[in-house]
Amino acid sequence: MSNLHLLSLLVWLPIIGGFVVLGLNRHEHGARWMSLVVSLATFLFSIPLWTGFHRGTAAMQFVERAPWIATLHADYYLGVDGISMPLILLTTFTTVLVVIASWENVSKRVAQYMASFLILEGLMNGVFASLDAALFYVLWEAMLIPMFIIIGVWGGPRRVYATIKFFLYTFIGSVLMLVALIYLYLKAGSYELAGFQHMPLTLREQTFIFLAFFAAFAVKVPMWPVHTWLPDAHVEAPTGGSVVLAAIMLKMGGYGFLRFSLPITPDASRSLDWLIIALSLIAVVYIGFVALVQRDMKKLIAYSSIAHMGFVTLGMFIAFQIVQHTGRTAGIELGLDGAVVQMLSHGLISGAMFLCVGVMYDRVHSREISAYGGVINTMPYFAAFMVLFALANSGLPGTSGFIGEFLVILASFKANVWYAFLAATILVLGAAYTLWLVKRVIFGAVANEKVAALKDLNGREFLVLGALALAVLIVGVWPAPLLDVMRASTAHLAQQLLVSKVVP
Amino acid sequence: MHAIDTFNVSQFNAGLIYACPEIFLALSACAILMLDLLLRSDRRAVTGVLSVIVLLITGVLVVMQPVQGRVVALGGLFELDRMAQVLKVAMLLVVAMVFVYSIDYLRRRAILKGEYFVLGLFATLGGLVLISAGSLITLYLGLELMSLCLYAMVAFDRESGIAAESAIKYFVLGSMASGTLLYGMSVLYGVTGSLEIAQIASAAQAGLGENIGLIFGIAFVIVGIGFKLGAVPFHMWIPDVYEGSPTCVTVFIGTASKLAAFALAMRLLPEALGGSVHDWSQMLVVLSVLSMAIGNIVALAQSNIKRMLAYSTISHVGFVLLGILSGTAQGYQAAMFYMISYVLVAAGAFGMVLLLARQGFESDKLIDFKGLNARSPWFAGMMAILMFSLAGVPPFIGFWAKLGVIQAVVGVGATWLAVVAVLFSVVGAFYYLRIVKLMYFDEPAEDAVPVGGSALMRVVLSANALAVMVIGIVPGALLQICKLAIQ
Repeated sequence: MSNLHLLSLLVWLPIIGGFVVLGLNRHEHGARWMSLVVSLATFLFSIPLWTGFHRGTAAMQFVERAPWIATLHADYYLGVDGISMPLILLTTFTTVLVVIASWENVSKRVAQYMASFLILEGLMNGVFASLDAALFYVLWEAMLIPMFIIIGVWGGPRRVYATIKFFLYTFIGSVLMLVALIYLYLKAGSYELAGFQHMPLTLREQTFIFLAFFAAFAVKVPMWPVHTWLPDAHVEAPTGGSVVLAAIMLKMGGYGFLRFSLPITPDASRSLDWLIIALSLIAVVYIGFVALVQRDMKKLIAYSSIAHMGFVTLGMFIAFQIVQHTGRTAGIELGLDGAVVQMLSHGLISGAMFLCVGVMYDRVHSREISAYGGVINTMPYFAAFMVLFALANSGLPGTSGFIGEFLVILASFKANVWYAFLAATILVLGAAYTLWLVKRVIFGAVANEKVAALKDLNGREFLVLGALALAVLIVGVWPAPLLDVMRASTAHLAQQLLVSKVVP
Repeated sequence: MHAIDTFNVSQFNAGLIYACPEIFLALSACAILMLDLLLRSDRRAVTGVLSVIVLLITGVLVVMQPVQGRVVALGGLFELDRMAQVLKVAMLLVVAMVFVYSIDYLRRRAILKGEYFVLGLFATLGGLVLISAGSLITLYLGLELMSLCLYAMVAFDRESGIAAESAIKYFVLGSMASGTLLYGMSVLYGVTGSLEIAQIASAAQAGLGENIGLIFGIAFVIVGIGFKLGAVPFHMWIPDVYEGSPTCVTVFIGTASKLAAFALAMRLLPEALGGSVHDWSQMLVVLSVLSMAIGNIVALAQSNIKRMLAYSTISHVGFVLLGILSGTAQGYQAAMFYMISYVLVAAGAFGMVLLLARQGFESDKLIDFKGLNARSPWFAGMMAILMFSLAGVPPFIGFWAKLGVIQAVVGVGATWLAVVAVLFSVVGAFYYLRIVKLMYFDEPAEDAVPVGGSALMRVVLSANALAVMVIGIVPGALLQICKLAIQ
């Protein structure tokens, strides 16, 4: 399969397509159609990744490798395993939906808007697929530029503050990671990721490297207390920006922990796992309460994202405590599987929730919860979708939200009952803030004449939400194929975790 | 003096071939000076175009010179190596670009005079001589030829009071710096007994490391280099001169003279005083950290883009010094890559300021960039590329420059310095982002006019910005050139 250059296609097709769309500056409609074609084509080209994927091996697949910068020993080196492949599918799928969802409600500089999303898509695919740290870092940072522009140009009233905060927060974390990567490069002699993973390192080195990685990934996830950029960015971003931010960009942080922190610095991860577990539990419990008191719908969903991402990091770093507590390695994979499923599921659900808010915002131009009430009376179809996604967000069995949370709670039980107890509060708190949101917005009597004048979903919106609803249900009811794909990779990672890299 | 003792006429004449680009440039500059007298005042652009052609031909001559290892010619006064070749080509190209940007600007400001180009050519000649200097005498000669031309260029707009003020400031401070440098050189001569760089190097290697006189001389040399590069605490002249000069001179000072100052640092520190690397690298650490700190922090408060870019220069000099102070070949390569890429980006950024300037209007306020995306999406995109590159965001050339110098300092175990550097680069990102914000997030002012500029200028400026992106995506070739230049 590698001779098809499938991954390169997924990286470069949207980027080049994005620049073509930029050229259609004066033809708004042309720009829209062109973007749809490019994003659909990218999505179609990503399907062979799933169908042609060899399950049962942790080796990288669809590998492409070419020399890139000889003096730095950096290669153009792409490949996917069971962890990154589903994330690439999520990216291509979400981008199509974003393009469709933004069809009419963006009227200012349409070509630039669409082009930003396409370029962003290519860069994100590249981040998930790169197996060379230099390539990874370049794409990781370059990703900030389109998002910076998206929030800043098409965002809300405080967009400038929000977007600069977003950029600088992420930038400061990333540059520290850069120093760590350079350090690793100088020791290993090349930027190849596999080399970093196999190289022995002292605990002191690992600790510093772990902290540098932590700075980059914790900001991206985001973990408490470096989460404050997220509510601002989400509130000010246009709907499409919020969707991509929540559905994919946050996953970069989780992915970074899986691909960099855990395998490159396993000993430091073990000695500092208490830090991550504590911050994750704070995110789940404390941020859950914070979400409860929000008045702005987007802010509420943003805080809910932070709480749910806390589950992702918890699932990853619970592994060491499981071994310590039970003396056996069974259960580690539960946590890792749960973390990856939770990332994918949260991508679908949070994207859908932001799209739902976008649907209402387009009609009423308010994100305040108090501006709504009784929406079900005027928008029954919409209400059905919103309730479905809300239930998924609170982890109802049968939806994708349940699978990831269940696996992670199961894993934390093996480590410590109290972790499981605290983690499980998300089921209560998540249900509380999400359902209370639905109760206030969707149900009850019609609140005002703006709500009374609402029109139900048009075909385009129905298509987008319908596709997401289908995905949420499929993953929820029949997660086995997904777990199958990732099993070998998470098992391999679990092994890597347990092998000390400290030189005796 | 050793060089004079062994002076040999026939050898000297044979060595002239190595200096043929410089000789060609000198003769052509004289010819253009004459020709300019014969031109009607409305045909002055011809002088500019001819100067660009001369620069390009000189560049071709430099490229055609066969260089194996290091050639010392003209009785030790002149030295030709790969580093000289690369820096010369970079300088000639960048000056050609600057001239193209300037023709339009000078015409619109009604100060299109031949002097600008002729002085610029002689300054470039000075730069070339400095780059190829094999002895402290030639080094100083080249430096002064360049500096004197620059003083005159700053003042050449006679009507402008602020330009005259800047010229005086520049002249007084610059002369002081030259004096300090000269004093340091004289001490070096006293200690080592030679003016030839190669001989100073061997004398300094041979057990002079702890000589107090040598360290004394190094301190003065560092002050001089710090002045010419514009490193804190010798940076005072930079903001005022950058702001006060006509923009077409600012860009000259901000690009060509930086390359020359880099060559000055390279010839004096690693080459002549390589044996004392521990002494001067400690001094450079202070200069470097202060430059990154002051440059980035003060730039935040600027509302004039020329002043902002001035402080940004100071911060970038801090990064270049990181490469030099590491004292390894990798570090020097990284510093050279940094300087060349910085000059490329700075030429583009000042070029944008020149492009936006109109009749009787400097366009040097940050707010003049407001809503540029609505006025010209293409050039807003170009400026965004340049700004992200200055901020060190990939996939632009500025990122690889930063990566290189950070790699160099981490390589010698100074990881703390790398952390300081990247943190200050985050501070710096803020003010570059502010320009992007003005261009993209704000609407244009009421009286905004469409972006002008001749076709030539627009093409060259676009090529300049696109080069920043293309080299950023495939930096291998330029990195390789810098690697070969310094072994």
